[in-house]
Amino acid sequence: MSTPQPPVAQQQPPAPNWQGAPGTSYTSPIPVVRTHLGHAIASEWTKIKSVRSTMWTLCVYVILVIGLGLLFALIAASTEMNLEGESPLGLGMFGLMLGSVCLITLGVLTTASEYGTGMIRTTMTACPSRGRVLIAKSLVYFVLAFTVTLVTTAFVGFVHVAILEGNNAATPTGEEWFKATVGVSLFLSLFGLLSLLVGSLIRHSAGAITIMLGLFLAPLVIAIFMFAESLRDVQEFLLNYSIPSQLGVFYSAELGSAGPSGWDPLWIMLGMVAVAFAAAYGLLEKRDV
Amino acid sequence: MIEAVGLTKRYGAKTAVYNLSFQVRPGAVTGFLGPNGSGKSTTMRMILGLDNPTSGQVTIGGYPYRKLPNAARQVGALLDAKAVHGGRHARNHLLSLAQLSGIPARRVDEVLGVVGLQDVAKKRSKGFSLGMGQRLGIAAALLGDPQVLLFDEPVNGLDPEGILWVRNLMKALAAEGRTVFVSSHLMSEMALTADHLIVIGRGQLLSDMSVKDFISANSADFARVRTPDTEPQQREKLTAALTEAGGQVLPEQDGALRVTGLPLPRISDLAHDADVRLWELSPHQASLEEAYMRMTQGAVDYRSSIDQKAGLQQPLPPGAQPPMPVPGQGQPGWYAPPAPQAPQQGGQPFAPPQGQPTGPYGAPAPAAAPAPGQPQPQPNPYAQAAPQAPAQPAAPATPAPSAPAPAADLTKSEDAR
Repeated sequence: MSTPQPPVAQQQPPAPNWQGAPGTSYTSPIPVVRTHLGHAIASEWTKIKSVRSTMWTLCVYVILVIGLGLLFALIAASTEMNLEGESPLGLGMFGLMLGSVCLITLGVLTTASEYGTGMIRTTMTACPSRGRVLIAKSLVYFVLAFTVTLVTTAFVGFVHVAILEGNNAATPTGEEWFKATVGVSLFLSLFGLLSLLVGSLIRHSAGAITIMLGLFLAPLVIAIFMFAESLRDVQEFLLNYSIPSQLGVFYSAELGSAGPSGWDPLWIMLGMVAVAFAAAYGLLEKRDV
Repeated sequence: MIEAVGLTKRYGAKTAVYNLSFQVRPGAVTGFLGPNGSGKSTTMRMILGLDNPTSGQVTIGGYPYRKLPNAARQVGALLDAKAVHGGRHARNHLLSLAQLSGIPARRVDEVLGVVGLQDVAKKRSKGFSLGMGQRLGIAAALLGDPQVLLFDEPVNGLDPEGILWVRNLMKALAAEGRTVFVSSHLMSEMALTADHLIVIGRGQLLSDMSVKDFISANSADFARVRTPDTEPQQREKLTAALTEAGGQVLPEQDGALRVTGLPLPRISDLAHDADVRLWELSPHQASLEEAYMRMTQGAVDYRSSIDQKAGLQQPLPPGAQPPMPVPGQGQPGWYAPPAPQAPQQGGQPFAPPQGQPTGPYGAPAPAAAPAPGQPQPQPNPYAQAAPQAPAQPAAPATPAPSAPAPAADLTKSEDAR
């Protein structure tokens, strides 16, 4: 502990001559612009499209949604299954349920991978307005996830309607179409956005993905094993409000009358995202990077 | 201009930085030194607004970093060469940073050319070597053509060409009137690059002065005196005369004397009076490394020690010498002799380890060869090294003291090209 030499500290060297003449400073010839959210969005778009994980997760997502959708439609068509006047769009749900795991992964990676690699320090040094970075990430991810989901669900929907015409399927109404494409896309993109925000809160890819998978699957799994009579209400709640059940609402496949209906799942998800965003934003501004 | 006032950072019970105040001025390269864990990186992170100080504040050009308008155009930083997403191309990495601060995309190709990475611009940075990663980090720092530059260990992993380039780059940047703040552990580099030094230990300021002042304030200069090798009695005569006059005399391995406490003319006079001829009388200034070691040796948190291999060593056969420790290894205080005594030249022992037979001038005698009659007496591979060990420290010792700053001398040839 003891320093044999007393530190020569704390005293400024008298009139140091190594210092440049007062007022000398460097001015860059590159024009300085005032940065705004648009710059951050352009940057995040470059980032998200320049890593392979984005391409891979989105490819797997599209393959799952379209592949499973086609598979179910072909099975139904070949077995001459009678849909009894149901809308054929509901068959698209299974592919989306599996595929949403990819959206979770992509969402978490968008934020948490920067913490894993240390890139976040480079980013936050280049843009000390941390909130701006989070908003840009959220917007870029949301628009990307929404567009991909919308295109895929619309494609799968058209295929289903075309293939299952002869299976006594009802022709979907305009509202059914809207909910099964735009509604589902909004819901799942918001769910992915929730993953992105959880990734920003947890700052660890594996941890955040685990949490989101738990949120996605645990309510259903737990509910299945709740046999006790006294827990009946809890079981029902978990069943009705689990993410897969809420997804089913967009295909008019409610499990019970007590659960969410119509556009309720979207509002519920929107509320969760809002809370998570507020928490992520607040912590990002406050915490050390 | 970077200005820190009373900067303090605590992580729970651990105080990483305590009451740090300093200024980094434009137009000079300021070196930032300190042992591992002394708070250098924490300080740099606080300058860049990544960590919030517990108390105190640090400003750049009068603003806290996060209040700077378009910070990336005013401050460029290399904190960690590995702070990139390995799956992204070098160019895309820089492009995303350029877009974030509104820098035209052609500037990206420009800085890639500056750091010499244009050929691997479309390669994923995962495959980059440490030196290439370092170059990419420097490119990111230069991207905004900023007025203030911070580099944390910039020459880490660079090849000699890269080290020379970074050294000249730092100087050139400072000469343009920019503020350059560099942390490094390579004292020889710092001696060549930095104009000014800020030294911290255990999170507190130890020193803030120019390199030249730092060296003279933290090291005792000494004179090297050599008497004719052929007449050892002259040597003893001079030693006695110098000691009597109040000087401190220490023998060196090659037979020269290291004298402190007496000015050079006085040594010459004393020798003349004692009727002793001199073959050499030369002044020596300590190297930056030595000065640094003396200053920080009380503030080192993580100190290496000797690998004892307790219970793993086979007992030495009778007559065999224990392995000679490499000088400086695991000996705290190696660089810190009592105040008036001469500082020791890096890695050069004065007194042989206890129990060693000594040669005529105090140098350790070459360890006894394995006893005759025992052809392979040493099964222990570590013991095998014993006979060579004393020769190694002596080899660099001879040329080193003839240079004013041994550490600087190593790299000087690079400059000359």
